Amino acid sequence: MYRYVFKRLLFLIPTILGVTLIIYAVMSITPGDPGRSMLGTSAPQADVDAYNEALGYNLPFFQKYLNYLIKMIFHQDFGISYFTKLPVFQEIWPRFLVTIKLAFFGIILSTLVGVPFGIYAAVKQYSAFDTITSLVAFFMAAFPAFVLGLMFLYIFALKLNLLPSYGIATFAHYIMPAMAISIPPAAQNMRFTKSSMLEAIRQDYVRTARAKGAPERTVIWKHTLRNALLPVVTQIGLNLGMLIAGAVVVERIFSIPGIGSLIVDRISYKDEPVIIAGTILISITFTIVMLIVDILYAYIDPRIRAKYAKLKG
Amino acid sequence: MKNNENGSDAILYKKENQFKEIWRRFRKSKGAVIGLILFIVIAGGLLAADLIVPYEKAVSQNFGARLAPPSMEYPFGTDGYGRDAFARLLHGGRTSLSIALLATFSSAIIGSSLGAIAGFFGGKVDNLIMRSLDIFMSVPDILFTMAVVYALGPSFTNLLIALTLAYFTNYVRLVRSQVLNLAEQDYVEAARAGGAKNARIIISHIIPNAIGVIIVNTTLNVAKIILYESTLSFLGLGMPPPHPEWGLMLAEAREFMRTAPWLMFFPSAAIVFTAASINLIGDGMRDALDPHLKS
Amino acid sequence: MNTANILEIKDLKVIYKTDLEVVEAINGLNLTLGKGKTLGLVGETGAGKTTTALSILKLLPSVTGKILNGSILFDGEEILKMDEKKMQAIRGNRISMVFQDPMTSLNPVLTVGDQIAEAIQLHNPEMSKEDVQKKVASSLELVGIPSWRSVEYPHQFSGGMKQRVVIAIALACEPELLIADEPTTALDVTIQAQVLSMIRDLRDRFNTSMIMITHDLGIVAQTCDDVAVMYAGTIIESGTAEDIFLNKDHHPYTVGLFNSIPNLDVKTDRLSPIEGLMPDPTDLPKGCAFSPRCPHAMEICHQKRPPVYTNNTHNIACFLFLPEGKQGNKGGEE
Repeated sequence: MYRYVFKRLLFLIPTILGVTLIIYAVMSITPGDPGRSMLGTSAPQADVDAYNEALGYNLPFFQKYLNYLIKMIFHQDFGISYFTKLPVFQEIWPRFLVTIKLAFFGIILSTLVGVPFGIYAAVKQYSAFDTITSLVAFFMAAFPAFVLGLMFLYIFALKLNLLPSYGIATFAHYIMPAMAISIPPAAQNMRFTKSSMLEAIRQDYVRTARAKGAPERTVIWKHTLRNALLPVVTQIGLNLGMLIAGAVVVERIFSIPGIGSLIVDRISYKDEPVIIAGTILISITFTIVMLIVDILYAYIDPRIRAKYAKLKG
Repeated sequence: MKNNENGSDAILYKKENQFKEIWRRFRKSKGAVIGLILFIVIAGGLLAADLIVPYEKAVSQNFGARLAPPSMEYPFGTDGYGRDAFARLLHGGRTSLSIALLATFSSAIIGSSLGAIAGFFGGKVDNLIMRSLDIFMSVPDILFTMAVVYALGPSFTNLLIALTLAYFTNYVRLVRSQVLNLAEQDYVEAARAGGAKNARIIISHIIPNAIGVIIVNTTLNVAKIILYESTLSFLGLGMPPPHPEWGLMLAEAREFMRTAPWLMFFPSAAIVFTAASINLIGDGMRDALDPHLKS
Repeated sequence: MNTANILEIKDLKVIYKTDLEVVEAINGLNLTLGKGKTLGLVGETGAGKTTTALSILKLLPSVTGKILNGSILFDGEEILKMDEKKMQAIRGNRISMVFQDPMTSLNPVLTVGDQIAEAIQLHNPEMSKEDVQKKVASSLELVGIPSWRSVEYPHQFSGGMKQRVVIAIALACEPELLIADEPTTALDVTIQAQVLSMIRDLRDRFNTSMIMITHDLGIVAQTCDDVAVMYAGTIIESGTAEDIFLNKDHHPYTVGLFNSIPNLDVKTDRLSPIEGLMPDPTDLPKGCAFSPRCPHAMEICHQKRPPVYTNNTHNIACFLFLPEGKQGNKGGEE
């Protein structure tokens, strides 16, 4: 088991290398340059060129890529922002934490709400609870995070004046953004959990459990649930992408100083160091979360555990 | 049992029946039918945008009529530049829908092919494809899409490329696991024993069985892409202005939240209803293709 | 109720109701099983054997399966009148069932030991943990599995061993009645013999009454005291094993069944199957369900359901043996 985790963590290395390469490559074909963005459209070309030269922007992208890697790996130096001239890491880290907080809320909320509702709706299929919840979940799944964010802003901040509309000063500031991010994946989770439970309950081993004389409650909790949760766990991991996209827009709407909005802002300035570092951080987080998801999966399902135990060397 | 000279006839007959049967099951679900009707109305309205209201009205500015509330002349009001919101909604929707449908189609084809190849040939090919996919997928799609759109410049084609790249990964895993499951089935071995070549096996045996899952996922993905595309245009990464788009309209409407809230309402409703109707259809198809899942 | 009988089923009628159609799965079934005896329930796929078994335990799918009327007496008590709690106390405890497919009958995420222990604990809640573990170990040994394997998961066992585990679970509480639904059909032929002989030994040891559901007459001959032949939801012939295998009179369907078994001693060019197919259970024919296929069908067979002709222990539901139909009495054909 530990071998497996180790192997996965080892995979982070090619991931980082690959991600960095992809971003540098994409940036190299993106129009614009830091000099032009900083100095403005009327500045003379010579000044712009000098500016870019000083930043080392005009080097071929592969060289920039290698330089970056070397600095990052051996000196833990993420470079200086083309835009603010400040050390990248200092700029990124606090904003990264903010986004992590938001994303964390998102995952927890969407799982804690979506999954239990899905289980209950499956157990009490066709009941009022099921019909109403399924309908609500269905509807909610059609709202992208930014529409929800705008709606909340309008209703709770503008009209009712209940919640603050921008910044992250207090806990209350996190409520609307967290809700906007969590609701779409929560709805997904609910629907998926319900169908997974319904699928599991049809299985033969459930019939065996009943034939043993097990009361319905045991049948659900002990036999159906564990098997049903397996695909759900994977699904939660997959929702992460949705969560991050939600975080990016929500940071825009509520003016939250997170890493998503930072990257979006800096793209137009071609502030490569910031963009790359930010993307790497997010990718690492992403990969770690997926790893946790896979470990959880193996924990629940002994068949997978057996497969991984065999992956020795 | 029909013998093989009528083989093709026999198969055709069966397929027709299958379609009828699937359609019948589809029709039984009220939600699915509502979704279908709703979608046809929406899509019809959007695709006929030119007939209902000229594109001109969507982009021509008229500062005299800025931020006008809904009225007979302007059914959905006007925006900050005095443009007709109704016209913008229709034309923007047409673009969004077209991009979504095309992107879904292309991502499905590319992703499914990759998945089929990986699953069928296994070994090193499979490993290579899946590992690259893992690296690719560890960049959250929104960042990647942003970078691509920014790099290539906002345009219809480039958006299409960006969206295809973002969504093809869905299919690779899916189709691969279907192929892996099916390739082990006895009837594939039987086909091999009968002398069928690889390509024929893929086409005649594996794809027809995997296609159900592919279709359901494709349908649901159309909705996801519409939502995603609106998110992109909200961030300013969609079609360039003055071209209208629902997400962009919402971004513009934001500053007028206080004075002209209706500007937020209609594009939001459009996004939600379109996505919801497609989801209804997708759910209906899933139930129709595998009725066991219902109860 | 005859107290020598562990099970008496009278006039059972069961349907499956979907929104498209009504499947008449069991139509007027009568069955008795003596204590300590083994009954072979024979019939083709679709005859309603599994439905019968599920009905005894009231395990029909809740939404679609409905017991319309009839009576099932288990050791004198009416099953159809029992509430769910009473049924749960009986299932796995006094009546156990072994299902057909061992590959899917076991929960993949629980150890084998846990699953056996569950059967024990459900019906012996006061038993201490150690005692339960001891019983689990002895159950495994009983079916020929080393007890240290109780911590393993189902996927680590072969098909035959999985079925043994299933049997261990079924017998853990030493039930009075064991219903085995084609327990060896999904297994290799060599394993079949082992598992069958194991079932027989255990039955003898615990003096369990048993219903052996099968389509294999060979198994019936090896294990059963009594036999009941089922067709389209009713018993068309029943009796002791001697009656069925040795007597001359038989229901034409039974004759067909015996004839369709290839005979090692006689050389033939073609197998002789029974012509036609089993009737569509959503659209059963009037009269005798076998009449469309029966080579001896008479006018009356198509009109009315035949009552039962009884000869001592041997029962045949066929007009050929009854006064209404006696024209050219040709019952047992070879």
